[in-house]
Amino acid sequence: MHLTLNVWRQKNASVKGKLVRYEADDINPDMSFLEMLDVVNWQLIGKGEEPIAFEHDCREGICGSCGMMINGVAHGPRPATATCQLHMRHFKDGDTIYIEPWRSRAFPVLKDLVVDRSAFDRIIQAGGYISVSTGSAPEANSVLVTKQNSDLAMDAAACIGCGACVAACPNGSASLFTSAKISHLALLPQGQPEREGRVIKMVEAMDREGFGNCTMHRECEAVCPKAISVNFIARMNREYLRSLLKGEGLP
Amino acid sequence: MELNPKIPSGPIEQSWDRHRSEMKLVNPANKRKHTIIMVGSGLAGASAAASLAELGYQVLCFCYQDSPRRAHSIAAQGGINAAKNYRNDGDSVYRLFYDTVKGGDFRSREANVYRLAQLSVNIIDQCAAQGVPFAREYSGLLDNRSFGGAQVSRTFYARGQTGQQLLLGAYQALERQIHAGQVKMYPRTEMLDLVIIDHCARGIVARNLLTGKIESYVADAVVLATGGYANVFYLSTNAKNSNATAIWRAYKRGAAFANPCFTQIHPTCIPVSGHYQSKLTLMSESLRNDGRIWVPKQKDDKRPAIQILMPERDYYLERRYPSFGNLVPRDVASRAAKEVCDEGRGVGAHGLGVYLDFAEAIKASGVAVIREKYGNLFEMYERITAENPYEVPMRIYPAVHYTMGGLWVDYNLMSTITGLFVIGEANFSDHGANRLGASALMQGLADGYFILPYTLSDYLATAKLDKAPLDHPAFHESEGQVAGRVKKLLSIKGKRTADSIHQELGKLLWNNCGMVRTKRDLQHALEKIPEIREEFWRNVNVLGVDDEINQALEKAGRVADFLELAEVMCLDALERAESCGCHFREEFQTPDGEAQRDDEHFCHVSAWEYAGEQGKPVMHKELLEFEYVTPSQRSYK
Ligand SMILES: Cc1cc2nc3c(=O)[nH]c(=O)nc-3n(C[C@H](O)[C@H](O)[C@H](O)COP(=O)(O)OP(=O)(O)OC[C@H]3O[C@@H](n4cnc5c(N)ncnc54)[C@H](O)[C@@H]3O)c2cc1C
Ligand code: SF4
Ligand code: FES
Repeated sequence: MHLTLNVWRQKNASVKGKLVRYEADDINPDMSFLEMLDVVNWQLIGKGEEPIAFEHDCREGICGSCGMMINGVAHGPRPATATCQLHMRHFKDGDTIYIEPWRSRAFPVLKDLVVDRSAFDRIIQAGGYISVSTGSAPEANSVLVTKQNSDLAMDAAACIGCGACVAACPNGSASLFTSAKISHLALLPQGQPEREGRVIKMVEAMDREGFGNCTMHRECEAVCPKAISVNFIARMNREYLRSLLKGEGLP
Repeated sequence: MELNPKIPSGPIEQSWDRHRSEMKLVNPANKRKHTIIMVGSGLAGASAAASLAELGYQVLCFCYQDSPRRAHSIAAQGGINAAKNYRNDGDSVYRLFYDTVKGGDFRSREANVYRLAQLSVNIIDQCAAQGVPFAREYSGLLDNRSFGGAQVSRTFYARGQTGQQLLLGAYQALERQIHAGQVKMYPRTEMLDLVIIDHCARGIVARNLLTGKIESYVADAVVLATGGYANVFYLSTNAKNSNATAIWRAYKRGAAFANPCFTQIHPTCIPVSGHYQSKLTLMSESLRNDGRIWVPKQKDDKRPAIQILMPERDYYLERRYPSFGNLVPRDVASRAAKEVCDEGRGVGAHGLGVYLDFAEAIKASGVAVIREKYGNLFEMYERITAENPYEVPMRIYPAVHYTMGGLWVDYNLMSTITGLFVIGEANFSDHGANRLGASALMQGLADGYFILPYTLSDYLATAKLDKAPLDHPAFHESEGQVAGRVKKLLSIKGKRTADSIHQELGKLLWNNCGMVRTKRDLQHALEKIPEIREEFWRNVNVLGVDDEINQALEKAGRVADFLELAEVMCLDALERAESCGCHFREEFQTPDGEAQRDDEHFCHVSAWEYAGEQGKPVMHKELLEFEYVTPSQRSYK
């Protein structure tokens, strides 16, 4: 296959970037999208040009490192597929592909396709956990969890923290990511004691980090590599309201 | 160098409890005065960092990813073992201990393994309390499955994402401590050297991967939780960035490297499709429960599988191992696949593959049942290969998966360097010559949650450490060396990418120090490796600058270390003139082609000591004694 790539090149966080055109030859349809970029990078190095920086690690859709806008769509054209799991057979010989980093106020570009997603960690720091210190746990089977809730919690917990939902959202909202963690923990009996405080603190953190509000465009769900459902955003909103009604923190 | 494993005396069942009660404690008021460096935030590192911080220590935690949540542990699929015996099927701490020692082919330390089995039950309690969404039965109780040929159902799992969920549990505990100010997290920071002052590990030198700045960090103890080194083979199932640099730098500062040649090859991975292949994908072992493995009887039979009739197929595992069939252990299944492919009977474009066929299982139990069991795996396979395993058999081939070798540690998880602890896959401790499925997660979490917090406290309570200043000459010296190396890499400006040299090394190792090893092949590799290393330092091309993100530079530094480690792996494999577990020396096999251990001469851990740039590493032995499980010859006939 032969492809024409237009790739966002940006030297570092403080300079402006631009799209640069590359001709990619010898692309095999069985390559993954990232393997295609590897081959392009090898060719660039051969020509004495600096390779394109992009993040990746597991290359099997679970670590959440990879992610780029491919022809304007986060993680590219295939549903429920992370960039590293996308294969070149889904493109045609002669195609032109635009490759850009996540674009969002809360995710500044660091270099080429690499962005800073540390805001996600800070949302988790605000309360995305159950406070159980090592050693204090009761016997595991002493707490029952209905299979239904456990399965639903697992659906939410499957989020890989890639940030595609933010990149796809016209408002740059992190609601899908945040609601997935809030729902996972709120659905489990172990998560009950901190339930009210958690949702308030995490939603506040989300606002503090500069993410936008959710106005239900559902673009996030469409690009999410783990097909996390927007129903969890509705659940987060209910949890938030519930917490306000209960007057969490008031005497 | 003295190897004192510090195994507590007395009956094995009581060793850990007694040891625990005898260890010294740090006065609560003094805990916050102690700083601990934790390199790594995978299952082992994150669980240890969080647990130590909960105790009140100040922890500095490092990882090279942008977030601790992305460590390689996230990719583990199958599950985690624990001797809960919820199924009432005869499991017990003793049985898990026994299975692990036997599975490791009698090359692990009994006392460590016993403790691991004991602690396995606490891990499940801890993780369930953190909200890990383990699979449940309709009753609301935890579900289990049998894994990797075990005769009991002791594996806990969270769909096909057990590693992800366990890691997120530990990550969340870690983030809680970061929020509390007990842990300072340094993501995108790579440790490049270990600093030793007055014979004790007192700090590290690391490079900030965003700014390129080389900085020193000082502490009272250093812990390495940096994972395994399977990527020395270039192609493996590990995450692309997994590497050996941290343990290799520690080795060069005096930490013994134990059993470097013990690498596990996993039989069910998706075969290589081309030279551009960047990594290999594991297909869960559970597939072997229903799939039948075969190759054509004829050599070079290029017909599609469907046209090859039953009598023309060789179900070689069922033929050779009638009682275990397709469920023989990983090493046996891997070697058998290699043999049939070497005979020219492999399938797929490159002839490096065997069929894993579900046609009969689908016929017997229906598509729906198979989809329910393996739907996500089938989908993953189709995504990668564009073949539909409901219609054509899967093609699989073995791939490097895990490294049992690692830095030598004593019972307290301390290396041969005082004050340097090593946990998780980075140490050599519990799996002997072969690791059982679902026990790496167990070991990483046992080390991190339940062992290190005690043994490290004991060290801090008893060590007499002076205050080490950051302007100590040892830090200066090491910073200078690290900076010099970075400069050197950028200045070579040769013709080859670090990847291409890494690929060359990987191929050499795979062919000569992989599934089957011989004296001749290992000697050949030992001649070749220095040549490749020389080629690297003469002809690698690392572009870009050192004061901003430079992934090519990171990569090159890691490849340089792999090029040294590979040599010690081959030396170790050569020196171990026996076959055991994953280490199969062709010269040493039973009349029916099974691994032939030599307990008289090799019932030991081989721990290698660095002897300078020019010297040959020196091997030290830790003799292994088996008081509880009597060594026997494995048989899966
Ligand atoms: C595909 C796959 C499936 C698996 N499935 C299972 C399974 O089902 N059950 C099971 O028990 N085991 C399984 N394993 C094995 C298991 O996942 C690993 O052995 C285990 O997760 C290793 O954990 P760890 O904490 O030791 O290291 P890792 O998770 O590899 O973490 C290493 C950490 O160290 C950091 N690090 C490394 N070097 C440096 C440095 N120089 N400077 C700073 N930071 C550094 C990294 O950033 C990372 O945070 C599987 C492995 C693979 C590859
Ligand atoms: S919700 Fe989906 S898109 Fe958003 S971070 Fe999680 S996995 Fe990525
Ligand atoms: S590289 Fe890990 S999700 Fe893509």
